[in-house]
Formats: sequence, structure tokens, C-alpha cells
Amino acid sequence: MTFRNMKLRHIVSLFTALFLLQACDYSFGDSSYFKRKPGVAPVSNTMYKTECGSCHFAYQPGLLPEQSWHKIMNGLADHFGDNAELDSASQQQILGYLTANSADKSDFRRSKKIMRSLRNKPAPLRISEIRYIKGRHHEIPKRMITGNEKVGSLSHCDACHQKINQGSFREHEVRIPGYGHWDD
Amino acid sequence: MKRLTISLLLAALFAVTNASAGALDQVMLQLQAQGAQTGDAQQGAAMWEKSFSHNKGPQQRSCSSCHTKNLKNIGKHVKTKKRIEPMAVSVNPERLSKAKKIAKWLKRNCKWTLGRECSAQEKADFLAFIRSQ
Repeated sequence: MTFRNMKLRHIVSLFTALFLLQACDYSFGDSSYFKRKPGVAPVSNTMYKTECGSCHFAYQPGLLPEQSWHKIMNGLADHFGDNAELDSASQQQILGYLTANSADKSDFRRSKKIMRSLRNKPAPLRISEIRYIKGRHHEIPKRMITGNEKVGSLSHCDACHQKINQGSFREHEVRIPGYGHWDD
Repeated sequence: MKRLTISLLLAALFAVTNASAGALDQVMLQLQAQGAQTGDAQQGAAMWEKSFSHNKGPQQRSCSSCHTKNLKNIGKHVKTKKRIEPMAVSVNPERLSKAKKIAKWLKRNCKWTLGRECSAQEKADFLAFIRSQ
């Protein structure tokens, strides 16, 4: 093989690789996979954070589809066994924020994955029931979540996900109370 | 001019520092308009510890379920375990400072704990109790 042949081969390989990368960029629907933002969009509405973060972590709207948020906001008198009633002005405002930023409207990676796992399924009431979410946690022993006094349930996201306020749920950021870093 | 400015500033300061006291008084007046007598802190204290039965969990509920018996303590949501700042105004001066917030929590928590809305008198008694702590 001559030097000239090698150089041409490298150039062809490089262009093929670039072409394939570009092709991937367009193959995931509305927005380029490689340009999607990681995690979910952080909470950006003060009223939502105050009202819906007073008893539990203020779950980002990008964790559930619009229909789920409608179901939840229409059932505040019996909100998973609690009463979370609001004056109707606040309720409308919060619902507006949630539905404008729900998982089905979001470009963020985890929201996209959540929506993919909900295809053809009815809108869930609980984030912890979403197949994608359950799948991401199924290897964790019960004693670390439900059997863990400091956690209690899979709904207690902020107990372990240390960067959750930035919309990040990455595995290496996880610190399980009483157990530390999660090591697969 | 200088005297006027100082007077205005003092008036503004007075208004601001009394705004929170104003909110509670405003609520108490509204409750009286709804038929309540002056709030009785002792009655409020008794209601605070009273246990109410429900068909589904937790089956026994009281104000102290989340807020504990001592209002100066930090409380904990019975299900989510979320930290609740003390109710006692002496320890947490933000308590009872916003009329809208008072109305919201009385509605929710009476409904959850008692299974119904509190009467105007019950609300006045609770507020008198919390204010006294």
C-alpha cells in the first residue's frame, strides 16, 4: 500500500464517519438527539415550587405527560390520601405551568425517554409507576428504598438524587442515605 | 420638612412591622363576622391533641400527627417525612403572618384531620392557641 492510498482511505473513512454522525442527528424525530438537553427542565415557577413543594419535592413538570397533570390537579382534595386544595386562581396558574412544560412538550432527554415508555399506555398518576422510571431503579434492593427509614418510597426522589434541583438524575450523583454511593 | 420625612418614615416602619399582626387580626375579624366568639387558646390546645378516626390510613389523625404536641418543635409530614418548620410564633415569627396562607392551611388540614372544614369558632380557637405559643 502506498502512502497516497493510505491517505485517501483515511479521508474516505473520516467523511463516512462524519456523514453517518450527521445522519444520526436527523434520525430521532423533531430535535437532534445529540442536541437534546440532559435530564429534565428544572422547576422555573415560584408559585408551583412554593405550593407543591411544601409537603414533598416539587416534581418537575417534565416527569409526567399533560394528561397526568390534569388528573392530579383535578383531584387535589384527595391527593394520594392528603388534602392539597388550592384557591382556583392558583390552581389554574399552576396547571398552566405544568401543562406547558409537561413531558410530552419537553425536549429534555429524560422527558423524551419517559414519553417513549408511556406509548399506548394511559397517563399515569404516579411518576414512580412509569416503566422507564421503574426500570432505572429495579436493581436497587428494597432495604435501600422502601425499607430505608430515610427514603421510604420511590417517590422520595430528592432523598438520593443530590442534583435533582438542577433537573439531573445521573447515577454517579446518587447518594442513598445510610448506604452512600450507588455502585452497580 | 425634616420632621415630616421622619414622621412618614416612622409611620411606614410602624405599618410594615404591624403588617403581620394585621393579617391575624384581619382573619379573626372575618371569623367573628362568621359567628365566632373570641378565640379560646385552651379550647384550641384541646382540639390540637384530639384524635380523629378515619376509614383509610392513617386511621387516627390529630394536628400533632405532623406538627407534634409541642408547637416549638420541628414537625414532619406523616407520609412524605418532609420537615415542617415550627408552628409556634415565638420560635417562627413567619407563622400567622399571611391571611391567604392561614386560610389555605386551615382548609386543607381541617379537612384531612377532622374529615370536614373547621367551624369559624374552631378556627378562632386554633389561631388563638398557635398565637399563644
